[in-house]
Amino acid sequence: MSVETTKQVSDEHPMEHLLRMDRIPHIWCSTCGLGTTVRALAEALEQLEIDHDKVAVVSGIGCTGRVAGYLKLDSFHTTHGRAVPFAMGLHIARPDMKVIVFSGDGDLVSIGGNHFIHTARRNIDITVICVNNFIYAMTGGQVAPTTPIRARSKTTPYGNYETPFNIPLLAASSGAVYVARWTALHVRRMAMSFAEAISKRGFSLVEVIAPCSTLYARLNKLGTGLSLMKFYHDNSEIRHGADLNDIAIDYQSKIVVGKFLDVEKPTYLDALNHHNAGIFGDKYKPYGGGNGSD
Amino acid sequence: MAFWRTPLDIDKLKIPKGELHIIKERCKGCGFCVEYCPKGVLQLSDEFNSKGYHPPEVVKPEECVNCDLCEVLCPDFAIYCVRIEEEEEEVDN
Repeated sequence: MSVETTKQVSDEHPMEHLLRMDRIPHIWCSTCGLGTTVRALAEALEQLEIDHDKVAVVSGIGCTGRVAGYLKLDSFHTTHGRAVPFAMGLHIARPDMKVIVFSGDGDLVSIGGNHFIHTARRNIDITVICVNNFIYAMTGGQVAPTTPIRARSKTTPYGNYETPFNIPLLAASSGAVYVARWTALHVRRMAMSFAEAISKRGFSLVEVIAPCSTLYARLNKLGTGLSLMKFYHDNSEIRHGADLNDIAIDYQSKIVVGKFLDVEKPTYLDALNHHNAGIFGDKYKPYGGGNGSD
Repeated sequence: MAFWRTPLDIDKLKIPKGELHIIKERCKGCGFCVEYCPKGVLQLSDEFNSKGYHPPEVVKPEECVNCDLCEVLCPDFAIYCVRIEEEEEEVDN
């Protein structure tokens, strides 16, 4: 077998202009799916051709919370569970910016669950990327509100018995206008979905199922993250517009992915301006222009 | 490959070629690029990088069609693909 080595390069990776290279290599484990998800977001930002000075990334705490520190954009690493309210404040203060919340399942729907549903209810124009690895990874593998029934974690050594959240259903029933789910293996579709969600006016959610090799896979004896990627390849089914009640994830069962919801609703600022214009008439100056353009 | 037939207009199509660049020190040896390369261009090497991982190596450089799948799947930003321009190919031929 002829073995040819490639050029040893210290050349630039094409996405380096979007990364803080002084912090790379990142801390994520080998076969973790988070790096792939960050790469997909960088690709979506490239596709959109928007001014990167007008994009802000907000993260909470956890493995996924590190994303804000690795992206060379306006970024903010907030307190645990509070990524969404910080992003909401940022959006209200600067409606011209695209605000992206990039955080994990434990941060967004457990500790920040209340913020998550109320921001969706108000239809604040932000994009939420929720990376779901089914476990609290950074703190050592405790059971999360997304851990499937029967899956093991450090705090449920004989298997989990609590019903997990169905995150797309939670977001859609709370008032989100765009809901999609992909696995870390669906890189191209995920990047397209990120681009759609960022362009969408209103609360948009993309759930990304990502492998956690060190805790979820190891505690459940599922192999490495690569084995989980193979599992996603064999067991994920693309079903756009699926009934959200049917897409809950069971332990090692079929994962339904796709774009589930894409509707139009007035955003928070639209509703504010419409309501106040109705009351104050011509005296009212609309805030934020209503379309986020000024 | 096993999954699709040969296109009927294969003579008229120009198959792009790519050159892989591997940043070995950044690699964590996850094997995503090796597993999902549709052409089987890569394999994990026996050498170690300074973190103790086995970075991939290119075993079939002529097979690469610049699909970029290794690049988009790599979680560590450690591999990327550059398209070889057509002029260079003509010189090679």
